Amino acid sequence: MSSATIVNLPDQSTAKIPKMNYLSKENGLLSWLLTGDHKRIAILYLISISFFFFIGGALAGLIRLELLTPQSDLMATDTYNKIFSMHGIIMIFFFLVPSVPATLGNFFIPMMLGAKDLALPKINLLSWYLYVAAGILALYSMMTGGVDTGWTFTTPLSTHYVNTNVITTGIAIFIAGFSSIFTGLNFIVTIHKMRAPGMTWFRMPLFVWGHYATSILMILGTPVLAIALVLVVLERTVGIGVFDPAKGGDPLLFQHLFWFYSHPAVYIMILPGMGVISEVISTFSRKRVFGYTAVAFSSVAIAVFGFFVWAHHMFIMGISNYSVLIFSLLTMLVAVPSAIKIFNWAFTLYKGSITFETPMLYAFGFMGLFTIGGMTGVFLGTSGTDIHLTETYFIVAHFHFVMVGGMLMAFLAGLHFWWPKMTGRMYPEKISQLAALVTFIGFNLTFFPQFILGTLGMPRRYASYPPEFQVLNVFSTAGATILGVGYLLPVLYLTWSLKYGEIAGDNPWQATGLEWQTQSPPLTENFREIPIMDHEAYDYEWLERQKEKEVASVG
Amino acid sequence: MSGHDEQEHHIVSPKVYLAIFAALLVLTALTVAASFVEMGIFNPIVALAIAVVKATLVVLFFMHVKYSTKLTKLTVGAGLFTFIVLVGMTLSDYITRAWGRW
Amino acid sequence: MSDSPVMTQGVMEAAKHAHPPYQRHHFESVAQQADATNFAMWIFLLTEIMFFGGLFTAYLILRNWYYPAFVAASHQLNIGWGTGNTAVLISSSFTMAMGVWCAETRRKSGLVLSLVLTFLLGLVFLGIKTIEYSEKIEKHHVPGFHYSVQSFVNPASDPDSVAYGDKPLAMDMARKTELYFFLYFAMTGMHALHMIIGIAILGYMIFRARAGAYTNGHVTFVENFGLYWHFVDIIWIFLFPLLYLISRHQ
Repeated sequence: MSSATIVNLPDQSTAKIPKMNYLSKENGLLSWLLTGDHKRIAILYLISISFFFFIGGALAGLIRLELLTPQSDLMATDTYNKIFSMHGIIMIFFFLVPSVPATLGNFFIPMMLGAKDLALPKINLLSWYLYVAAGILALYSMMTGGVDTGWTFTTPLSTHYVNTNVITTGIAIFIAGFSSIFTGLNFIVTIHKMRAPGMTWFRMPLFVWGHYATSILMILGTPVLAIALVLVVLERTVGIGVFDPAKGGDPLLFQHLFWFYSHPAVYIMILPGMGVISEVISTFSRKRVFGYTAVAFSSVAIAVFGFFVWAHHMFIMGISNYSVLIFSLLTMLVAVPSAIKIFNWAFTLYKGSITFETPMLYAFGFMGLFTIGGMTGVFLGTSGTDIHLTETYFIVAHFHFVMVGGMLMAFLAGLHFWWPKMTGRMYPEKISQLAALVTFIGFNLTFFPQFILGTLGMPRRYASYPPEFQVLNVFSTAGATILGVGYLLPVLYLTWSLKYGEIAGDNPWQATGLEWQTQSPPLTENFREIPIMDHEAYDYEWLERQKEKEVASVG
Repeated sequence: MSGHDEQEHHIVSPKVYLAIFAALLVLTALTVAASFVEMGIFNPIVALAIAVVKATLVVLFFMHVKYSTKLTKLTVGAGLFTFIVLVGMTLSDYITRAWGRW
Repeated sequence: MSDSPVMTQGVMEAAKHAHPPYQRHHFESVAQQADATNFAMWIFLLTEIMFFGGLFTAYLILRNWYYPAFVAASHQLNIGWGTGNTAVLISSSFTMAMGVWCAETRRKSGLVLSLVLTFLLGLVFLGIKTIEYSEKIEKHHVPGFHYSVQSFVNPASDPDSVAYGDKPLAMDMARKTELYFFLYFAMTGMHALHMIIGIAILGYMIFRARAGAYTNGHVTFVENFGLYWHFVDIIWIFLFPLLYLISRHQ
């Protein structure tokens, strides 16, 4: 299997990293901290989200260690509450939401469109600073006592019954929300207004379509979360009463406002990942994505349907029976565009010349795990089964399959796929294939037992559990250890490759996107001259003709 | 289909602004006057209808949407649509709660 | 798609040699830059709609639940001040629109005058709002420890309630008036915050406009600020009937 490869590297004895590139243009800390270059901001984001990922990961490790035994022995139960709350908050707001958009999206959307930069570079930098400020505030609130409401800030727990740092964490998420709004705003404006000549809507890579749909959700959903958190903070500070039943308010109103954002937020987290997968699948099977238009519109459809299903998080909270029925039916609608994507990727593979480089391995991981995650979502969207399964480990397993098995796999696929473009050097292939495999095995071992635990009735968010659940929990903890190794490996070998990796050349994968038709690492202005898009996306024949032309002109 | 580069910048004349300004003041007077008339259930409906007319005038003329691209019109529409989804779908829960169980 | 960037070769050529100082390097032309920033402003306003959307939802739900309390509480607002403030804000929108026109037609003194008028009208609005707020503080209608339901359980003690012929509310319903006032302060307060930000930017713009900015053909900033200012006006156009007018009867 591994003998076939499409990797095409320049002659290593003569190849050099281009002298002029976005990394070498200016030096010094200030040239990074005051940069307007979308590529440098993407790198800043990459470093910061990795930092938060490992904090969140360490917290996850502590959770799994505690759950190794049925008693709460490693930590006190309220410490456990804080640990899983901070794990959720950090992973969602400081890793998953910005993960692909703010790093890979930031770096490659302008390049894929043939633009010199995002439309609003200063807003882009501001977005990173807001992210950092929010991150520092969240860490501060974690150090000074933490928060134990879960990442959902459920009222009236968060407003009346806990005495932890709800206010500072709430403000941190409020600020992080604005960072995400500005990213989304920038993408939408860029995609509408900055496309190169000839780059029509249906010539854009599907990665861009995915980000377009994501950005719609970011700008329309996030403000509602912001106002919900403002109201929680006001409730705690001045006791305003909107969520307080004693004063006549309604705690469920918070749930409506919160999930109006937080359900679409799930799509904010997964749609960019789906964009990555489209690029990777096409490149490593040497075929145009099957049903390009359907895949493009399914992203937008997911974004639109995403606003109509939020109350399926509230089935057991006392909303009206009729709402349960309507929202349950609407939830089934979202399954359709998600399935369209999976089927189209499968058809892209059909009769393709498939090769198994690391990004492709991660993409396969994504397809399998996301399908399981998505299908179990249908169980939870059906109100009858939801009543049995919700608030158990089934739901934990479900969203980890989507978020970790889906989005994190997609992020790693994208990171490996574009690593040569971002740094000019290849990552080491063999060990990274191993890492992809380790991640996949570790992931399944960690989270599959949790489906079973959930159906058996083990509730989530408790530090202790009945002894009959221990065997499966031990499996899960063992898997988490393997998963941890799988995530540490890329940090090591990717860092190593910055200095010792092979020179990648312009287009090591023979991919068709405009970002591959320029030097790696790219110039600050991305292209020597603004490219003119004269072919469809994923047109591998066009690429062949280009190469022939080059050979002819050199000869 | 004209590229945006060639699209000329439409300058709205002060006469239009003045007319809209006058219309907004008249509508304000009208809505206050209407609130003094007993109309039962129609009081809030009339008040909100006048508010919608006023807001539409501001959006179309002061904010130049009447003279803007389809994209701007679509953007305004999208905002309105999502706002209605938020309010409408949330209220649908509150309204049907009163219907009790089946 | 009407917005697709079809650029003829000629336009690109032209863009290459005429680079006004206010054109940022990554745009192909000034028109593209103006177009992009204008669009960005609209997207930002979308987020603002949704931000206020949460408050409007809360208001609608709680008004339906505690209808008598919300009616009685809204009688505490002074329609005179409310109408006056609506007129002030509409006027400021008009002067802002005139400011945009002056910038577009390169009338420097007209622009400065319009901006100063807008600035002053904004301050008048906030002044009137302060008077209204202080009335609430005097009558202990600010939600919190000092909140008093006196006007609602015993309307005879309060001339404003007497004027509307309010009937006394039962204690548990009277307590719900606090929710009305909370939403009143949250919504008008959030609106006033937007006004304060706007006034601060107006001050900066007056300063710049006197130095000749915005009347050199580059009007994007004034136009976009105009959008923001009109949007804040629109929020008030809805707050006014919802808070002041729709409960005058009953």
